[in-house]
Amino acid sequence: MHELAVTESILNITTRFARQENATRVTDVYLVIGDLSSIIDDSVQFYWDFITKDTVCEKSLLHFRRIPARAKCNNCGHEFQLKELMPCPQCDSARFKIIEGEEFYVDSIKITKEETTHVQ
Amino acid sequence: MCNSHDHSHDHTHDHVSIVENIMSQNDQLAAHNRKLLDKAGVFGINIMASPGAGKTSVILKTIEALSDRYKIAVIEGDTAPVTIDADKIIAKGVPAVQINTGGNCHLDAHMTLHGMDELELDELDLLIIENVGNLVCPAGVALGTHANVVIASVPEGDDKPYKYPNIYRGIDVILLNKTDLMPYIDFKMDYFLQGLEMLNPGLESFALSAKSGEGIAAWTAWLEERIHEHQHRHHREHTHTH
Repeated sequence: MHELAVTESILNITTRFARQENATRVTDVYLVIGDLSSIIDDSVQFYWDFITKDTVCEKSLLHFRRIPARAKCNNCGHEFQLKELMPCPQCDSARFKIIEGEEFYVDSIKITKEETTHVQ
Repeated sequence: MCNSHDHSHDHTHDHVSIVENIMSQNDQLAAHNRKLLDKAGVFGINIMASPGAGKTSVILKTIEALSDRYKIAVIEGDTAPVTIDADKIIAKGVPAVQINTGGNCHLDAHMTLHGMDELELDELDLLIIENVGNLVCPAGVALGTHANVVIASVPEGDDKPYKYPNIYRGIDVILLNKTDLMPYIDFKMDYFLQGLEMLNPGLESFALSAKSGEGIAAWTAWLEERIHEHQHRHHREHTHTH
């Protein structure tokens, strides 16, 4: 498993956007991960807590939106969920196209900004 | 979150849309690697397989078949600083760069670039990258190569496409190695091929044995054709002898 490398990429992307927005803190990170990716959410969260120490993302929460794998049959057009590798349940064709489940992106972040208008 | 402050300064909470692929940085670097290879007229292949499928043996046979006509180099990905594989390649008179991934389970575009930096790309026709032995992690990690190859082997069993589907998607060719063991193993070729067909319709496949040499010629002929196409496309001036 390569969760550490994946988690580092998430931190790179998140930090870059946080800087652009002049964020003082990132509180939440929303990820969209298709079920065809082989990462384990708990492991990513574990590494995240570790590598975000002393960064703008420290103590932020990761939210995983998991997308089930879905396929569309090339032969009969039937759309079906792909829980395991199997032919089209309607016509038994082995030719289908995967239409969902490969998502692997940082969707958005919630940030806090502090305005510099100090009240004396 | 704000109730611990006295609001001597204002907080704003924003929800910022990003929508960026987690692999984007790797993919950008892979595109850069691809450009370097194209510029030098080098055809690059990324070989992935489980440990023991016969990656190094197939690479050695490939070198034997092609090294009289093409300049070849190999990048070896290993999780530990052992040069066993690289030494075998070098013994064939072919330059090999070993990349120790420091325990990491796959090569990425960045490590590949470091390996490429150590080679005289302009002198080469074919770059073979031997990925870390692993059927899970190298999937979907682009290196910048022109063809992604998986080597499966008969003793691993016919159900690998069903158990490790991701590695078989997005590859260009599959080699089924150790066919000499077919008489001793209950390997249902139809079942294996149907799994591949579902994952990667029309995938190019070659059954071969690095031990007996059977089937190697068909694979190297395919590879040679790809090298030619690539060199033609990039109008390479050949400065070395064939």
